[in-house]
Amino acid sequence: MKTKKWPFIYVGVITVITYIPILLTVVYSFNASRISSIWEGFSLKWYAELFHDRDIWEALRNSLILAVLSCLGAVVIGTMGALGMYRKKSRLNDAVAYLSMLPIMIPEIILGMVFLSVFSLMGLPFGMVTLVIAHTTFCIPYVYSTVKARLVGMDKSLEEAALDLGACGWRVFFDVTLPLIAPAIWSGAMLSFAMSFDDVVISIFLTGPTVNTLPVKIYTKLKTGVTPEINALATLMLGVTILLLAGAALVGRGKRKK
Amino acid sequence: MNDIILQLQDLHKKFDGTGVLNGVNLDIHRAEFITLLGSSGCGKTTTLRIIAGLEAPDQGRVILEGQDITDLEPNKRNVNTVFQNYALFPHMNVEDNVGYGLKIKKVPKAEIARRVGEMLKLVQLEEYGKRMPDQLSGGQRQRIAIARAVINEPRVLLLDEPLGALDLKLRRQMQLELKRLQKKLGITFIYITHDQEEAINMSDRIAVMNQGVLEQVGTPNEIYYRPRTSYVADFVGNANIFRKGAETFAIRTENVLLEGEGPCVHEAVVAEKSFAGGQLRILFTLSDGQKITASRFGIDADIQVGSRIKIGWLPEHAVPVIDDGQ
Amino acid sequence: MKRKGNWLLLAPIYLFTILFVALPILYMFLLSFLSRAEVWGVDFTFTLDNYKRILEPLYLNTFVESLKLAFLSTGLIVLIGYPYGYFMARMNAVWKKRMMLLLMIPFWTSALIRLYGWIIVFRSNGVLDKVLMGLHITDEPLKLLYTYPAVVVGMIYALLPFMILSVYSSAEKLDFTLVEAARDLGASSFRAFWTVSFKLTLPGLLSGVVLSFIPSMGLFFIADILGGNKIVLVGSMIQEQATKGRNLPFAAALAAVLMILTSLMIRLYRRITGAEQLEGLL
Repeated sequence: MKTKKWPFIYVGVITVITYIPILLTVVYSFNASRISSIWEGFSLKWYAELFHDRDIWEALRNSLILAVLSCLGAVVIGTMGALGMYRKKSRLNDAVAYLSMLPIMIPEIILGMVFLSVFSLMGLPFGMVTLVIAHTTFCIPYVYSTVKARLVGMDKSLEEAALDLGACGWRVFFDVTLPLIAPAIWSGAMLSFAMSFDDVVISIFLTGPTVNTLPVKIYTKLKTGVTPEINALATLMLGVTILLLAGAALVGRGKRKK
Repeated sequence: MNDIILQLQDLHKKFDGTGVLNGVNLDIHRAEFITLLGSSGCGKTTTLRIIAGLEAPDQGRVILEGQDITDLEPNKRNVNTVFQNYALFPHMNVEDNVGYGLKIKKVPKAEIARRVGEMLKLVQLEEYGKRMPDQLSGGQRQRIAIARAVINEPRVLLLDEPLGALDLKLRRQMQLELKRLQKKLGITFIYITHDQEEAINMSDRIAVMNQGVLEQVGTPNEIYYRPRTSYVADFVGNANIFRKGAETFAIRTENVLLEGEGPCVHEAVVAEKSFAGGQLRILFTLSDGQKITASRFGIDADIQVGSRIKIGWLPEHAVPVIDDGQ
Repeated sequence: MKRKGNWLLLAPIYLFTILFVALPILYMFLLSFLSRAEVWGVDFTFTLDNYKRILEPLYLNTFVESLKLAFLSTGLIVLIGYPYGYFMARMNAVWKKRMMLLLMIPFWTSALIRLYGWIIVFRSNGVLDKVLMGLHITDEPLKLLYTYPAVVVGMIYALLPFMILSVYSSAEKLDFTLVEAARDLGASSFRAFWTVSFKLTLPGLLSGVVLSFIPSMGLFFIADILGGNKIVLVGSMIQEQATKGRNLPFAAALAAVLMILTSLMIRLYRRITGAEQLEGLL
């Protein structure tokens, strides 16, 4: 069959449309005007304003701490859980596995509401602790399911081979199992980090008077009106994302060459 | 040659209520090449996994050099396995794969390097040490898997259909190489296959397995020419099973005589002719409904399907066997 | 092989799941049958009032409107995303990789920030208005920001990647020689697509539907930012009742209804496709 052009045109057009708002954000971050639809010349003043906004930096710091902690928690709990459930199948395990997936299957709003009511019942003060618990809970499914899928796809005889060659249980794990599931752990961790870092819906229920996350901060700013500062922040975040993705792609390529 | 290195005593194993092994007894000699031959599901792989320690028998013992190893963990047994799909660690290069067992035993690095080098030389892959497993061909992976097991100088080497994934030509070549390697190393090989030709080519002895028990253990000659049961006769030699009264005989297809070739007493109708593996095979239906196949080299076009002729065989070619109904 | 200490591996996930998923959700259902306390908190007396209140026109309308919006956006997401994912799966390996990267960049960027771009586009006298008036398609600003269409665009924009990835992962597994076989057997190209490709990519499509429909009922911030205060969704309602309204039991009842709708959808998906996991989710 000959290749047709129009599928490419279709995909191209849609892709361009999805990038228009992103590019506009970048362009207008350098706009001198406060009313963003009018171009009044190149300026870095919004970046300057952003750098002096202590609240934003505070929120960014919180978001980073939150994302790192919940990502770590999810990696440990999710990986251990996947290993345990892979090794021993039982109805109970299946039920718990299903339940543990719920946080990413139901609308986030429900989860936020649920955490809000439970934490106020338990009398936990809203802040970093409640945030970390909530975020870990919805990050576990990402790690659990990627690692579990990898384990199921893994050739069982590899572990047996290591055992056969004299390795004890721990050695088998560190020499064979862990290196083989590492990519899955890594991608589960990346997803977790991104999801936690980006979350508004759940965090908005749980941020206390003292702790604000970056998305919640942006959300409140967006609700109150136009703040070109956000353009600058968006551009910076976009830049970091692209750098990270490019870095990951380069690392992947380098590994394959070796 | 006759001292026993490994004994399997009355091994039983059930999976989900179905008996996979129903009492396997086998004495394996030092430095012999023994093959467990049987169709899939006969229990040969389970037997091997029990010897390796990857599976525990429900009942029975495994004795290695007089020591009961039934309850020993797989990593504590001086037995190594070449897995069916090779099971080379995909994240380690060839050297690290081959040296893995020695590294576990905390052999000094320099010695590991030396022995890995020797081993790679033995399997003729000395230039491939830095390659990753996915950069090797099937035959090369096969040899690395063997090298990785053999370098540990196991008392017994277990090979689980190691040539199954290779094409026919390579398989033939590897059969010879394996046999040569075994003689050179003087290690006991326990080899698993469902291919009777492979078993006959390589083995000192063959143990034919069916439905969780050993049907017959013997040299390829014995198995081929003196099958004990109708199953062995059919599975190993593709022989005809001929029943007369209470007796059952195995008659090899090449020994079936056609009219004019010798004493022929059985009325038969030619049911089918086919040509395979350089042989013409003629299927006859006897008057009592039994099927007999004759084979001849070269194409014999004289006999027409549907024609009636007499066939027969010399009395010494009809080997009495135990009828196990298969 | 014997496995000792397996329970140690399982303990954390059991603990977390029971403590922070199972029990809280049970508590939510319990809460939905309780009454609101005078000042702040919960009065532990049983009542059905919360569910009765949902049936009041004001709240019922919100549910209906949310469902309408979810259906509309999901329908449009299917129309846009299905061909996208399908075509992407038919590209060669190099293009697949490039497109995946292009898809991933917005996906990994904050949802809020991506939405913010649409404010610039939609605002009165914003980029869209300028372009349209510049081309003399319209004479005056459309004032699209804070309207229903803006919210729909926002929903589509936020959820489209899920649909594309679901369809893509199921179309990627599709053996395209099957399509050729259908063509060879005399099917027109449309018929070949309909009887082979579409049938075989249906699980991906349905998974995409579930993945966009479910969140679209709860993403209150999209309605807030692009719809102003004019468009109230179930999500916004729950959030308001739980935080500003301080009526946890009523919020719980709303959430419970949403939860039941969600699980019905997932059940329906499983019934149709027989699949355990949603395709392309991870």
